[in-house]
Amino acid sequence: MAKSIEVRDLNIYYGAFRAVEGVTMSIRPAQVTALIGPSGCGKSTFLRSINRMHEVIPGAYVEGSLTLNGNDLYAPGTDPVSVRRQVGMVFQRPNPFPTMSIYDNVVAGYKLNSRKASKTVTDELVERSLRGANLWNEVKDRLDKPGAGLSGGQQQRLCIARAIAVQPDVLLMDEPCSALDPISTLAIEDLINELKTEYTIVIVTHNMQQAARVSDYTGFFNIEGTGKPGKLVEMDETKTIFSQPREKATEDYVSGRFG
Amino acid sequence: MTTSTSKPAGTVGAGEVGPATSSPSPGKLPPRAPWLVVGAVASVAVLLLFVGVSPALVVIGGLAANILGICLWSRLVEGRRAATDRMVTAVVATAFVIAMIPLVSLLYTVVSRGAARMDAAFFTNSMLGVVGEGGGAYHAIMGTLIVTGLAALISVPIGIMTAVYLVEYGKGRLARSITFLVDVMTGIPSIVAGLFAVALFQLFFGPGIRLGIMGAVALTVLMIPVVVRSVEEMLKIVPNELREASYALGVSKWRTIVKVVLRTSVAGIATGITLAVARVIGETAPLLITLGAVTGVNFNPFEGRMSSLPVFSYYSYVAPGASPAPSIDRAWAAALVLMLIVMALSLLARLISYLFSPKIR
Ligand SMILES: Nc1ncnc2c1ncn2[C@@H]1O[C@H](COP(=O)(O)OP(=O)(O)OP(=O)(O)O)[C@@H](O)[C@H]1O
Ligand SMILES: [Mg+2]
Repeated sequence: MAKSIEVRDLNIYYGAFRAVEGVTMSIRPAQVTALIGPSGCGKSTFLRSINRMHEVIPGAYVEGSLTLNGNDLYAPGTDPVSVRRQVGMVFQRPNPFPTMSIYDNVVAGYKLNSRKASKTVTDELVERSLRGANLWNEVKDRLDKPGAGLSGGQQQRLCIARAIAVQPDVLLMDEPCSALDPISTLAIEDLINELKTEYTIVIVTHNMQQAARVSDYTGFFNIEGTGKPGKLVEMDETKTIFSQPREKATEDYVSGRFG
Repeated sequence: MTTSTSKPAGTVGAGEVGPATSSPSPGKLPPRAPWLVVGAVASVAVLLLFVGVSPALVVIGGLAANILGICLWSRLVEGRRAATDRMVTAVVATAFVIAMIPLVSLLYTVVSRGAARMDAAFFTNSMLGVVGEGGGAYHAIMGTLIVTGLAALISVPIGIMTAVYLVEYGKGRLARSITFLVDVMTGIPSIVAGLFAVALFQLFFGPGIRLGIMGAVALTVLMIPVVVRSVEEMLKIVPNELREASYALGVSKWRTIVKVVLRTSVAGIATGITLAVARVIGETAPLLITLGAVTGVNFNPFEGRMSSLPVFSYYSYVAPGASPAPSIDRAWAAALVLMLIVMALSLLARLISYLFSPKIR
């Protein structure tokens, strides 16, 4: 079930370095939210703080509050592992598990957690997830072949299938198409459009057209200079951001007059 | 000769294809040229040997003549760049041959001398009551397998867990000091490891104690750093993206380590462990003082002395008794068996890497 995310006064640190400062935003359920901004402004950092992947890096921590349907994800008793089961993630570079078959990659969330399920249940799950990721027809005859043998675009869709197989509430995507050709990119954009009925999606992209095509809301991050923290400049409906943003910086950036 | 010479000078057309300058196009040596040179040099060398020139001089001169010969010939026919290429190729090939000589000679010596006793009796009899002919190394083979197996059983888990700690958890001073201590352990001479085991067990059992497990402990001291080092390297090359992929699916850290990190690197780990076992299986000094030596079979590492192949080989050689020939045959046969065991281990490691390494199709 898609859930909403509320972020309030979020500061994100790498050790002593404050990478992102004072982000406050609401991410609506069952909508696609795009995050745009120049390189190094902290989009990935912010995205990774939503499923607590940020703290995997030694010395990294977060201040402020981040709630998923009202539940504080950073409350003292909250287990980051359970947060990541609710908030899935797709990475910039496709990263299927090289020792696993396509089938096992899709059910990796279950296998790695040693959750027992009957063959019929996992068969059904694999088909549903692969269909959900628009990959079923391409791989249905070779499910037992290694996932690393697929093309880059297919691998990325396999990673999406793997992420939706654990049935998260939110799906985070960090530049999911940046390593892909235009056709695979289109396939994934179509997929995002279908997935948003069931999932809340947050996507980081450097591609303005892509943000305009797939997202309902867009957040623009900016950075004043190197060593300064990145900030959320403004966030609004995508068509507003691209037609009449409130801030001058946003307008410059989306119209390509940046820097 | 180029085609343009058959035409009046200055009429070279715009579309004509041909060398821009009139320099002769470089020739080419026949494909078998290097072997021709080797053959020629070898024939001359054989002649010189017959005449009575010292063999050492002939070999060294021959290797140099071979390199120079191909280089000069190529220089005359093919030009400078090709000659340099030929020379470096010849130098590398010569270095390879020189490096192979000791290896081949060692293999040949061990196999030819050890083959005399590759009979059933050698693998089924012990030396209990044997004087002179006959007898076997059954007790020593079993001793080596038991002691080395025990050492592997102790050091592999410790080594893997240490490596996992260093790569996945360790930061700061503790990890640095462990790395330092592992480095120090790598340099421990094997006799020191043996003396350590002796001193340790004497604390509990009094002086003069000899046990299979003591030998295993001594070998463990030698094996742990090798296992730690090789497993550490293997874990480091597992891409971080795979760990993150696993975390992002809501998999806990220790499950990620066991099922993704160790699973991905299992092929390399198997190879590393094999190397570590091969490193200790031939140790003689620490086993000499921890196991002692017996002529009969003892399967129990916790009671009484045990035999082992290196020690068996050593004693057969230095104390052959009244009729030395059969004893020295046994020493070589034991060395050959030791080599075969190491070879079998490498094959096993190969099989494991073949079965478990990541595949593309
Ligand atoms: N592991 C890390 N350790 C320390 N600092 C980091 C780390 N990762 C990123 N940073 C810093 O945090 C800031 C934000 O980086 P981030 O990767 O979030 O940028 P981004 O907006 O995703 O950029 P891009 O568009 O290039 O992906 C940068 O200044 C970067 O140097
Ligand atoms: Mg990024």
